[in-house]
Amino acid sequence: MRIEKHPILTFEPKEELHFIFDGTPLTGYKGDTIQSALHACGIKKLSESIEHHRPRGFYCAIGNCASCDMTVNGKPNVRTCITMLEEGMVIISQKGKGVL
Amino acid sequence: MILKDLIIIGGGPAGLCAAKTASEAGLNILIIERSPKLGGQLIKQTHKFFGSEKTYAKTRGFDIAKILIGDVLKRPEQIEILLDATVVGLYPDHELTVYQYGIYSKYKAKAIVVATGASEKFLAFENNDLPGIYGAGAVQTLMNLYGVLPGNSIVMVGSGNIGLIVSYQLMQAGVKVKALVEAAPKIGGYLVHASKLRRLGVPIMTSTTVKRAIGKDALEQVELVSLNEKWEMIQGSEKIIDTDALCISVGLSPLHQLLSMAHVEMKFVNELGGMVPVISSEHETSVKNLFVCGDVVGIEEASSAIVEGYLVGLIAAKRLGYIHPNYETLEANYHAQLTNLRSGPFGLKTRIGLAKLRGEDYAR
Ligand SMILES: Cc1cc2nc3c(=O)[nH]c(=O)nc-3n(C[C@H](O)[C@H](O)[C@H](O)COP(=O)(O)OP(=O)(O)OC[C@H]3O[C@@H](n4cnc5c(N)ncnc54)[C@H](O)[C@@H]3O)c2cc1C
Ligand code: FES
Repeated sequence: MRIEKHPILTFEPKEELHFIFDGTPLTGYKGDTIQSALHACGIKKLSESIEHHRPRGFYCAIGNCASCDMTVNGKPNVRTCITMLEEGMVIISQKGKGVL
Repeated sequence: MILKDLIIIGGGPAGLCAAKTASEAGLNILIIERSPKLGGQLIKQTHKFFGSEKTYAKTRGFDIAKILIGDVLKRPEQIEILLDATVVGLYPDHELTVYQYGIYSKYKAKAIVVATGASEKFLAFENNDLPGIYGAGAVQTLMNLYGVLPGNSIVMVGSGNIGLIVSYQLMQAGVKVKALVEAAPKIGGYLVHASKLRRLGVPIMTSTTVKRAIGKDALEQVELVSLNEKWEMIQGSEKIIDTDALCISVGLSPLHQLLSMAHVEMKFVNELGGMVPVISSEHETSVKNLFVCGDVVGIEEASSAIVEGYLVGLIAAKRLGYIHPNYETLEANYHAQLTNLRSGPFGLKTRIGLAKLRGEDYAR
């Protein structure tokens, strides 16, 4: 779900970036955060809460709340709302606390 | 340990403006900003700002950001900028821990300006943790910075200026705003913004709140309920709306954690948004040479954050022996502008809050 027409803003076409989310290949754009790229692909559930395994999505989008933490290239607890998407990233929805 | 003269934490309007005047006074500065871009809240604002001409009213927020960022980039030999860098520790002896790209570094400065802005308040209701429920700032970031829609439709909670403006921005981006709900009996923000939404057919429901969110892996529906004059839920008034997004805009509170960590004396002042640092007339906290400006000292507006930033930049530079050539004129001018911005009915809350912070009663 990307904005196609906007009365004030313009979104220039950008270079495509390819990444893998839970085993599925997906495409985002240069300039996306991991979270904005996932959201544009319709993915809202980013992780599960530690104790009750409830679905977690993003909430603040500026790195304040930790609700968007995911495992990226093997590293757990990455704040995906302020981490830029890169070509070839392997992103996994996080379950549990994550181990370094 | 990296040593600096002045470190400014936060590159929003307050921090950028402090850097401008401090550098004009001759000081070298380091700005540390958590996000990949400078500009703070302003970079996601597509509307024309209210405030005074001097603080760029009638200019769109992201254009104001461009002007303020431009002022700072003009002096690369004096102003150093770290982006994607979060200050995670601040200690009373002016030491900082900074986290950037997986590495922690230690800094120490002769003076520090904290301009970290604010974070959004949350609302308690059943299932409020479902994906699809976002803060207003998050919706703006997603939509106005990354060009991604938060959902196909949305219900907005909160009718302050932010709730009203973000609803309008959502419609501009093509999202259907199904309802704007407000727990109080009347709208909180400016009527011009509310009328614009009404004209576009958005139902504005006052004395109403969210009872629960419904959905499995993400939001599917919200249940709204009416409130009586005692703010109690009226049984039987529940109403279910289909929506894949819910936006919470129930106010901001100062991002005070770093200040508390540095043992700055704090006070809870409801009118200023929560925990705020106790400050002198020079915007200095209880820790010597640790200054504050912008929303972190009380939730106000970009216009006051800009002027406070300019003022604090002057003062911090003077403390370190760099006196701005126009110090006296500018200082008087900034104080006058702040008084002016806080006059009138919309400034009342801030005036009461600031009086409480000083430990005085506000005389109407
Ligand atoms: C929807 C909306 C509409 C608005 N409309 C208007 C308007 O019309 N007119 C008006 O005058 N005002 C308006 N405002 C208010 C205005 O945007 C804010 O008052 C202003 O941005 C506050 O400036 P600031 O510099 O204090 O904080 P911010 O702009 O929040 O900047 C703080 C910066 O500090 C950074 N930071 C925080 N913590 C750390 C850390 N630990 N380490 C490093 N960096 C950190 C943040 O990333 C951020 O960039 C609006 C706000 C919103 C949300
Ligand atoms: S959504 Fe809050 S930290 Fe990423």
